[in-house]
Amino acid sequence: MHELSITESILSITLEKAEQAKATRVSKINLVIGELSGVVDECVDFYFNFISKDTIAAGAVLSIQHPPTQFRCRKCNTIYSPNGQNWTCPNCQEQNSEIVSGRDLYIESIEVE
Amino acid sequence: MAIKVLTIQEDILGANDEKAKENGVFLDKKGILMVNIMSSPGAGKTSLLLKTVENLKSKTRIGVIEGDVASTIDAEKVSEQEVPVLQINTAGGCHLDANMIEQALKNMPLDDIDLLLIENVGNLICPAEFALGEQRKAMLLSLPEGDDKPYKYPLMFTEADVVLVNKIDLAPLLEFDMDSFMKAVKGLNSKVRIFQISCKTGKGMDEWYSWLEGELKSYRG
Repeated sequence: MHELSITESILSITLEKAEQAKATRVSKINLVIGELSGVVDECVDFYFNFISKDTIAAGAVLSIQHPPTQFRCRKCNTIYSPNGQNWTCPNCQEQNSEIVSGRDLYIESIEVE
Repeated sequence: MAIKVLTIQEDILGANDEKAKENGVFLDKKGILMVNIMSSPGAGKTSLLLKTVENLKSKTRIGVIEGDVASTIDAEKVSEQEVPVLQINTAGGCHLDANMIEQALKNMPLDDIDLLLIENVGNLICPAEFALGEQRKAMLLSLPEGDDKPYKYPLMFTEADVVLVNKIDLAPLLEFDMDSFMKAVKGLNSKVRIFQISCKTGKGMDEWYSWLEGELKSYRG
């Protein structure tokens, strides 16, 4: 359900930037949404089509990149991807890591005419 | 017409984060410690609040903001304790956001409050993403939910300053692996404090109260 507020923010940032650039149409929005953010693409698409009607972003394609979750071991600094419930560092076998990727939630760019 | 690419690189939740920062600065000026309490539905947030208010209200001036999708049941229970309480209904929304808190703060007797407890909407996903301007985040997990939750909802556990493991009185009936749970949470969040509690029996609650009082003391310098 947080997809609605997220999609509203996507639309409002997009319209603001497009208007500043005096664009007449937004054709594509490039988004970066990390695996961990729990945002479902289909929901964002659904809400976007609905709330962008009657704006210059109507019909814009949403292109979404999903950076995978990555951890950094606090002991040996190895960067690795967790594997299900196995979060131990593949190098030193410690389970003491911070999330370094997968939390992203931003608009990379928009394509306008 | 030619297509132009505009680089944006802007956080989608940037507006909420900005508002949350403003709320935080405002509360700092007032000297109010705001604690955002988050959990799944049914983990015991309301019970935790009621017990906490009951135990601390003679020593600390407490206010409560109740977030729910609908109803005022929780606010009514809290108001029986005769502390200021405000109910926010999100009308279907799965989390509180910084704007809702800004409005709520305008409607609370802030000069009579030192500790402001927020009961967020029951949900382990969205509340972790939406900052409110709180100075501390408390996360409540109840034993029946299982020890695998940190693996499923890592963000929530990464963000928390304190994790309360509630319904510890049910331990003999359940197969909750506390060691594995602790290892997962502490691995993610090395600074987190974890208390095992039972709102029902009162076990471990003193540790939580002391933690809150300690945080309030250090916050107010």
